[in-house]
Amino acid sequence: MGTKTVIEMHNIVKKFYIGQPNELQILNEISLTVKEGEFVAIVGQSGSGKSTLMNIIGALDKPTSGEYLLEGLNISQAKDGELSKIRNEKIGFVFQTFNLIPRTSALKNVELPMLYAGVPRGERTRRAKELLKMVGMEERMHHQPNELSGGQKQRVAIARAMANNPSIILADEPTGALDSATGRLVMDLFHTLHREQGKTIVLITHSPELASETQRIVTISDGRIIKEENKEEQKEAPQTNQKGKQAVETAEKKVG
Amino acid sequence: MGFIENIRLALTGLKSNKMRALLTMLGIIIGIGSVIGIVMVGDSLTNSMTSSLQEMGANNVQIALQQRPSEYGMDYTVALEEQDLISQEMMDGLTEHFNGDIQTISLQESLGTGKAKDGRLYANVNISGVNDGYQVANHLKMISGRFINEKDTQGMKNVAVVSDKLVNNMFQGQDPLGKEIKVYTAKDITTYTVVGVYKYEQNAMMAMMMMGATASEKDIQTDLYIPVTTAQKLGNMDQGFYYITVLTAQGSDSRSLASQMQDYVNNNYYARNPNFMVQAISLDSIIDQYTSMMGTVQIAIAVIAAISLLVGGIGVMNIMLVSITERTREIGTRKALGATNSSIRMQFIVESVIICLIGGIIGILLGLLLGYFGATLLGFPAQASISAIAIAVGFSMLIGVFFGYYPANKAAKMDPIEALRYE
Repeated sequence: MGTKTVIEMHNIVKKFYIGQPNELQILNEISLTVKEGEFVAIVGQSGSGKSTLMNIIGALDKPTSGEYLLEGLNISQAKDGELSKIRNEKIGFVFQTFNLIPRTSALKNVELPMLYAGVPRGERTRRAKELLKMVGMEERMHHQPNELSGGQKQRVAIARAMANNPSIILADEPTGALDSATGRLVMDLFHTLHREQGKTIVLITHSPELASETQRIVTISDGRIIKEENKEEQKEAPQTNQKGKQAVETAEKKVG
Repeated sequence: MGFIENIRLALTGLKSNKMRALLTMLGIIIGIGSVIGIVMVGDSLTNSMTSSLQEMGANNVQIALQQRPSEYGMDYTVALEEQDLISQEMMDGLTEHFNGDIQTISLQESLGTGKAKDGRLYANVNISGVNDGYQVANHLKMISGRFINEKDTQGMKNVAVVSDKLVNNMFQGQDPLGKEIKVYTAKDITTYTVVGVYKYEQNAMMAMMMMGATASEKDIQTDLYIPVTTAQKLGNMDQGFYYITVLTAQGSDSRSLASQMQDYVNNNYYARNPNFMVQAISLDSIIDQYTSMMGTVQIAIAVIAAISLLVGGIGVMNIMLVSITERTREIGTRKALGATNSSIRMQFIVESVIICLIGGIIGILLGLLLGYFGATLLGFPAQASISAIAIAVGFSMLIGVFFGYYPANKAAKMDPIEALRYE
């Protein structure tokens, strides 16, 4: 594990409807530090503020007050254009609902962040193919999202998140829309990325079971961090249940 | 993100929803198509009109009799006496005075329609008394024999120059020269000796007048030319002419010659005529008049076109707005992946421009087809207007930018969080 700090948050506050009678404080003085190569889970009930926190971590939103440094870059004061660039280069989003661009092949979807980064066409395609191969989707790279199963879509989405080799992978309930067997495969993929490529991964989930697979669990409630569990030694990622894996493969064959 | 990437992206988007793309384009297609079609028919018409007028002779000057403005008002007409008409003496004087500027003078006196008959064979004719100058002024092409000459007119001979169509109908392969034909009119029957055959050509003016009423080959009415003096004798007409056509020399300024001739004839021959005078008009000025009239028509077309394109543009904007709402999540995703506001804006503007451009191109093709059929149907050679096509392409792109900007800007300003959450 590296010692470089990736995420550094100090006293992050997020309020909505500021100055109006229905002013709402979602995040209350959150301070969080994530180091390079960590696999962190942010856990909380719905309404706890974890989505808002994720939006801020992902540079989709700016805090009302407090300081957020992403690899030393001050996000709190960045302009819209700068935020776009940060999202493009430093963050790999994985969504619960996959959010692949419809009517666009898996390959083109993976190429998209590189397109916005200005990577030349040949290089883009080469890297996208490599990434799809890594997630085991090279045979379906010309398929459109509606021709893929949920698990396959999420694997394409993970490949897309990796496209610009981001500082962190931000996964928001990545298994939420999947059955447990496929969800297992997706989680395995995250473990592989973490273990073999040393990726920093922030997993947002409401499921304590999924969270327990990670190195560190940050629990949020009512906009505050109420608990931080730091496991001294990384727990070995649970070996994939053979039976489950077979079930997934059969299911995928049927879909394909 | 590069411009070419945007075009590629827009094309993929359009391909995936062909029906909607086509419906969106429909307004533009119809707008551009009708404009190109109408302009093409108009241009073909103008071109063939002017070329046929020019064929008749841009350097022709028509000198015609005109009643002097009367103190009793416009409706008061004075009986025309023989001495009021344009006489041979005046023509001689004119030719002498403008020696070198005048090629020849063409005369024509119509004797109405008739029918050449020989047993069961017949041909419809329009009997025209002419002189030797008529052939030059009207560019008649002789196939065989000769045209009416000076001797014929001086001798009031019963000779005729007929069309090749008449020859086909009446002589059926025999040599018509020297043969006699009987021509029946409402009044009498006259026998003429055929001395020449000219090639019949339908000109654009004629085609316009005969629009829709196309006669069959057999019943087609062609001119039968006889000496003008013979016509005057047969028709019991006065000696003299209501109008004459002066063919000015090549390269002369027919417009200024027209006014000089008018002054000359009026000063020398009509100065003491209380009722009549002459007016001279050059064909050049008729062409000018015609062109300016067509210009007005084209402005009207342009206004209609602008309205239909406006409607088409609003259609495009409407569909772009629907498309953006539908693709809110996609926009959110793109933003999360690093798309800047300007790249989203550019994406949708390019898409709108591509829709309009493709619509414009389809419209142009459709318009060319329409114009081609229209012009062919009216009997003119079809002529595509390059400038109209260029303007259409430019204009459709402009519509794309103009009506695409608002939806594109709306997309660009979407909050990524809201957009991602959109159901």
